[in-house]
Amino acid sequence: MTVNKPLADEKAVPRKRRTAWPAACTVTVALATALSACGGAAPAKTTEDGFAQAAQTDGAVTVWVDATRTAAAKQYQQLHPEVKLDIVSYDGDANGSNYLQTKVQLFNRTGKGWPDVVFSSQNNEVTWAVDAGFAAPLDKGLIAADTLGRFAKGANDVCTVNGTVYCLRNDLSQVVLWYDAPLMKQFGYTVPKTWEEYQALGQKVAAEHPGYLVGDAGDTFTPEIYLWASKCGANHITGPKAVSADTGGPECTKMAQLMDTLIKNKSMSISGVFSTDFAKNEKDKVLLMPGPAWYGGAVFHDTLKTPEKTIGAAPIPQWQGDSAPATGNVGGGTWLLSQHSTHLKAATDFLKWVTTDNAYQGEKAPGFPAYAPAAENWLKAQAASGYFDGDLGALKDASSQVWPGWGSAQFSQEAIWAATVKPGLTQGQTLVSLLPAWQDSIVKHAESFGYKVSQ
Amino acid sequence: MTATAAPAGSGRRPRGTARSWAGPAFVAGYVLLLLAFGVLPIGYAIYFAFTDGGGSFTGFANFVTTAQDFRFVDAIGHVALYLLFWLLSLVVFVVGLALLLHRVSSGWAGQALRFLYYIPGALAGAASVLVWLFMLDPTVSPVSSMLGSLGFHTFGQVIAPGNLPVLFTVIAFWTGAGGWIVVMYGALNNIPTDVLEAARIDGAGAWQTAWHVQIPMLRKWIVYMVILAFAGGAQLFVEPQLLSLASVGVAGRDYSLNQLTYDFAFQMNDINGAAAVSLELLVVSVSVAGIFIARSRFFDAD
Repeated sequence: MTVNKPLADEKAVPRKRRTAWPAACTVTVALATALSACGGAAPAKTTEDGFAQAAQTDGAVTVWVDATRTAAAKQYQQLHPEVKLDIVSYDGDANGSNYLQTKVQLFNRTGKGWPDVVFSSQNNEVTWAVDAGFAAPLDKGLIAADTLGRFAKGANDVCTVNGTVYCLRNDLSQVVLWYDAPLMKQFGYTVPKTWEEYQALGQKVAAEHPGYLVGDAGDTFTPEIYLWASKCGANHITGPKAVSADTGGPECTKMAQLMDTLIKNKSMSISGVFSTDFAKNEKDKVLLMPGPAWYGGAVFHDTLKTPEKTIGAAPIPQWQGDSAPATGNVGGGTWLLSQHSTHLKAATDFLKWVTTDNAYQGEKAPGFPAYAPAAENWLKAQAASGYFDGDLGALKDASSQVWPGWGSAQFSQEAIWAATVKPGLTQGQTLVSLLPAWQDSIVKHAESFGYKVSQ
Repeated sequence: MTATAAPAGSGRRPRGTARSWAGPAFVAGYVLLLLAFGVLPIGYAIYFAFTDGGGSFTGFANFVTTAQDFRFVDAIGHVALYLLFWLLSLVVFVVGLALLLHRVSSGWAGQALRFLYYIPGALAGAASVLVWLFMLDPTVSPVSSMLGSLGFHTFGQVIAPGNLPVLFTVIAFWTGAGGWIVVMYGALNNIPTDVLEAARIDGAGAWQTAWHVQIPMLRKWIVYMVILAFAGGAQLFVEPQLLSLASVGVAGRDYSLNQLTYDFAFQMNDINGAAAVSLELLVVSVSVAGIFIARSRFFDAD
């Protein structure tokens, strides 16, 4: 509108020829002030619960969730109609998309816009969200200590920075061995207990029932299923900004060789369980499938539409001679609370409900709840629903067997695997031959994020 | 509204005065937008490129650190290769198709072709890339048998690293070339018919007319196209970024310089480094435009 004004004036007097410039300058200056004001001063804050809180107001609580967790937010809204909830759906940062981080960087610049509560399907968000001044400390008054104490052991380790808890774990993603019970019975096989038996079975399947699968190695989180469970030291976080990466150890090569054998005889697919290819061509061919807890709901029930009373869960195989059982972990979402929230009370209430309440976590949640009392209830609910063959006791046992030597860093291991190893596998290279390139890529990415890397 | 009032006013005014403000007035609107969305952001980027997070002057430190990033040289190589493919295909096929279109321009067929060429350009950038993501996935592609006969049976095989420059060129050509074909066609129509007639009388065939008469007379338009296409191509972003999302990071991640600036700014919290790289892109694009303009005598009057 201001742009039009000088033009209208200019009709009257010829000398107005020059007015365009002052007008342009005014707009320019206005823009410049607006831009420089972006990072401007915030209103007064009071320090409480371990951080400086913004002045509290009424209004809608903004909640960012991925498609799967939308149901949780809607359920809360139904149970608490008096709370104004603004549910925003986003990609949940899946596959290391960094959407949340991107947005928070922008909000930090503009000084407004942060969501109050966020769900992320990644469990490494606090590695940046604390430095960015986004995640609020939760164990300094917002969430009671006995509530925090009832989360599964180690569940909130990925949320802890320098001893302070900055997020709550949504679900655990311990890896187990899923199997098709009727098919196993029909073929006369037994569920393997060791990796050696697993490989032998894969070779037998390739010979006797070609086309059937004992696993899949095509997803970005493949290393977290197989190599983590095998105790491969590719991602050992040794300090806040220090990582040790060694993909050449026997734990890594042993597993890589096993996978190469099975990929070669085609009893292990390299499509990825969420690929269009897998859903179309291989969904009825799954005999065994090592995978995280959430495979039961997200893969078998929702994506592959496997009929009920078919899928069972067994402990992940171990190497012969290993004393203590070890398994991997694939993600397991986290909930973060914004330091900038002006509705902390309502936001905290939602956060507490969504992570601990039986109404959602104990009954409806698709993954294994990180909050132990809810997990008990969830296992009962799963048994009652009758979808799975047998009980899911393997999940409960595995929840405390996740190998602690694989951590969670600011760089995305999944992104590194996807860009470095996956194209090679697609082109027919062996995993063993790709291990050095994988390590090289981990080192480079870690260093670019300022990590100290030991190899 | 002002348009209806203007004739009445201008009638009473001496012509010279009217001309003296009309030009600047029309340009002013553009100048304002150019300042707000072109010059000012560039100034902002220059400020960022030479300072650190706290705002203190750092000289060329941002340029040095970003150039030392392990993805930087790779990204330059990717963009250079893509530009080579993209500009070559653009010049050869756009000029070729425009000449062809000019030949068959008689009536119905020409109009239909012109429309067909232009359709993809009407789709917004990201949407047309999404169309291609479907085209290139053999499990859902309408041309999966063709992909199969080329030896591609899975999406993973199609998006192997070596194929990417060609894929991005195909996508960019499909999205962007139609508009240029129409522009070139318009330029061809501007060539006086007596020139073409003279060529014909002198015994020039279609090929000779195109090579010795039409293409030289299109020179400025081609230069114009190359300058804009170079600037656009150097900023390659949407195609690899969407491909990287579609392939869950297998292909296209950190592929181009612009993606790298995005990573610097939003993943590594280094806005200043991102500004440094974007400034390098600006300098390269402006220099290339300068060379082309100087070499082609772009602004010479005919």
